Amino acid sequence: MDRKLGRFLLIGIPYFWLFLLFLVPFGIVLKISLSDVAVAIPPYTPTFDLDNGWEGIKAFVGNLDFENYVWLTEDDLYWSSYLSSLKIAFVSTVLSLLIGYPLAYSMAKAPSEWRPTLLMLIILPFWTSFLIRVYAWIGILKTEGLLNQLLMFVGVVDDPLHILNTDTAVYIGIVYSYLPFMVLPLYSALEKMDGSLLEAAQDLGCTAISAFWKVTLPLSIPGIIAGSFLVFIPAIGEFVIPDLLGGSDTKMIGKTLWVEFFSNRDWPVASAVAVLLLLLLIVPIVLFQKQQERAQEAEQ
Amino acid sequence: MNTSSAKKPSARFAPWDNPDEKPLVRFKNVTKRFGSFTAIDDISLDIYEREFFALLGPSGCGKTTMMRMLAGFETPSEGIISLGDDDIGAVPPYKRPVNMMFQSYALFPHMTVEANIAFGLKQDKWPKNLIAERVEEMLSLVQLRKFAKRKPHQLSGGQRQRVALARSLAKKPKLLLLDEPLGALDKKLREQTQFELMDIQEKLGMTFVIVTHDQEEAMTVASRIAVMDDGKIMQVATPEVIYEYPNSRYVADFIGDVNIIEGRLDHKTEEGIQLAWAEGEPEIKIANNASRSENENACFAIRPEKVHVTRDEPQGVDNKIKGQIDDIAYVGNLSTYHVRLSNGMIFKAQESNIRRLANREFTWEDHVWLSWRSTAGVLLD
Repeated sequence: MDRKLGRFLLIGIPYFWLFLLFLVPFGIVLKISLSDVAVAIPPYTPTFDLDNGWEGIKAFVGNLDFENYVWLTEDDLYWSSYLSSLKIAFVSTVLSLLIGYPLAYSMAKAPSEWRPTLLMLIILPFWTSFLIRVYAWIGILKTEGLLNQLLMFVGVVDDPLHILNTDTAVYIGIVYSYLPFMVLPLYSALEKMDGSLLEAAQDLGCTAISAFWKVTLPLSIPGIIAGSFLVFIPAIGEFVIPDLLGGSDTKMIGKTLWVEFFSNRDWPVASAVAVLLLLLLIVPIVLFQKQQERAQEAEQ
Repeated sequence: MNTSSAKKPSARFAPWDNPDEKPLVRFKNVTKRFGSFTAIDDISLDIYEREFFALLGPSGCGKTTMMRMLAGFETPSEGIISLGDDDIGAVPPYKRPVNMMFQSYALFPHMTVEANIAFGLKQDKWPKNLIAERVEEMLSLVQLRKFAKRKPHQLSGGQRQRVALARSLAKKPKLLLLDEPLGALDKKLREQTQFELMDIQEKLGMTFVIVTHDQEEAMTVASRIAVMDDGKIMQVATPEVIYEYPNSRYVADFIGDVNIIEGRLDHKTEEGIQLAWAEGEPEIKIANNASRSENENACFAIRPEKVHVTRDEPQGVDNKIKGQIDDIAYVGNLSTYHVRLSNGMIFKAQESNIRRLANREFTWEDHVWLSWRSTAGVLLD
């Protein structure tokens, strides 16, 4: 009996955690998304009122509707924010992959006594607050910032480049911030690859380059997929980077969400946006989970 | 133990004895250095077509470096390696008509058995139908037709070994290199596979070079063995010669079990020479050795199975020594007796256990006689 109880407790703790910190808040957000905006505190109706008993609950449920979701489909601001978020996340993922792969590859090929140090350097940025690092990019990218001063000093450009408050700055910010999440799974995939596979490929007639395309790349696909999801998923909902580095025309769903909540104080619409964002993310997250399971099976 | 399997004596295959024969592979004064470390030290070696040649030695002796130079993964620091008429020293691995079976098998985990075998053929741009035909042929050669669609991780160790072999044979290389090919298999499977390897080599008429640290394996499969130590070749010869006529203490000791007695030569006659090895013990008579002279230091090497153990003093034998049984190593078919001689030396003698254990003649502490013929052993420096 005791063992059964112990086991139940052990499994129960994470579920309780998820229930309390994910499902309950999500339920609240979902409820708000079905409400109407009101000039009140909190700024929506109906609110939950148990004083009127069963009738009160019935009236409460009757007042919930999908109006906000309908609204989201009618105003193309939301559509274009979603699409623009997807685009920015996708392009950032591709850029991270293009930069991260050579990085991870050279780390994996480095002499083994160097690898812990290189790994350390990849993780090192996490020691500083994410917010501060994004702020630091303002200092680098702004018109009179370090980058422009350097470029003009070297003589590459005559007039300062306008990078800050553009999509380019958002890409730079996202790629910079999420690069470690791309490099680490790639590195772990490349590092455990048996070097004799490449020798075998060469022995069977491949040049070093074609051996890379036929052996190294296919074998690192689990790392590519894992890294891409780890960049893509958080990048879709990113708010801080587009807010600090992006321009007024940089549309990202996280930013739209923030504006609805804090500028428009339209909590119901903001909640609807949040629920849709979550639904949007569920697809890649499920795909990611599936891929991880497959990768684990393949290793056994 | 350690008796060489008799090579088929009909139509003796011995191109190395024919001075007109051109070797397929020739190492000429090859040296390979890694930094200040000399892995291969001025080696010259010929390997002939259709040979099953074994490079044998302890780990770190340079045998793997020799093989990697043949495959093209290392280039010699000095000297020339030629294949046929071509100097291949600087030819990259993908341009050599040489294939290698890796110790780890190095099967591509993301490809099926079929695709693994076809890999080299696709690389050479064979037409599709010929590739399919060749893959089929290879699969039946290694008896894996049922497994064509499997991935390597779905196969047993022995099956992977066969796939690796099939893949390395598929391109019909002029020379096949086998790097410890059977190291990962258990003993029974290893012995069985040794014979399969020999059959395949014979059937295809190809030249195989095998690297191994397992002397029994080398003795079983090879037409000739090169025993290596410390970047040098100590002896190149057929398994029989390596075993019966080792040219150095190192080779005698490395291959099989051996008793080595140090002493001083004297009483040279027409028939042979004698070795004085201990005070009060009869000198050991050794036949032949015309090149040896008296008063040289030498050592006498004799294999345990050539020494007889008897309770009574044997009559009419060339050599006999008295001793006391110190230990008996019973391995089933054979027993090895460790016999202590008057000077404290332990001498090993091996007898087949023709009778059942209960009837065994000797036991610990028994006083016995060891005897052998004057032709049974060799003199070494």
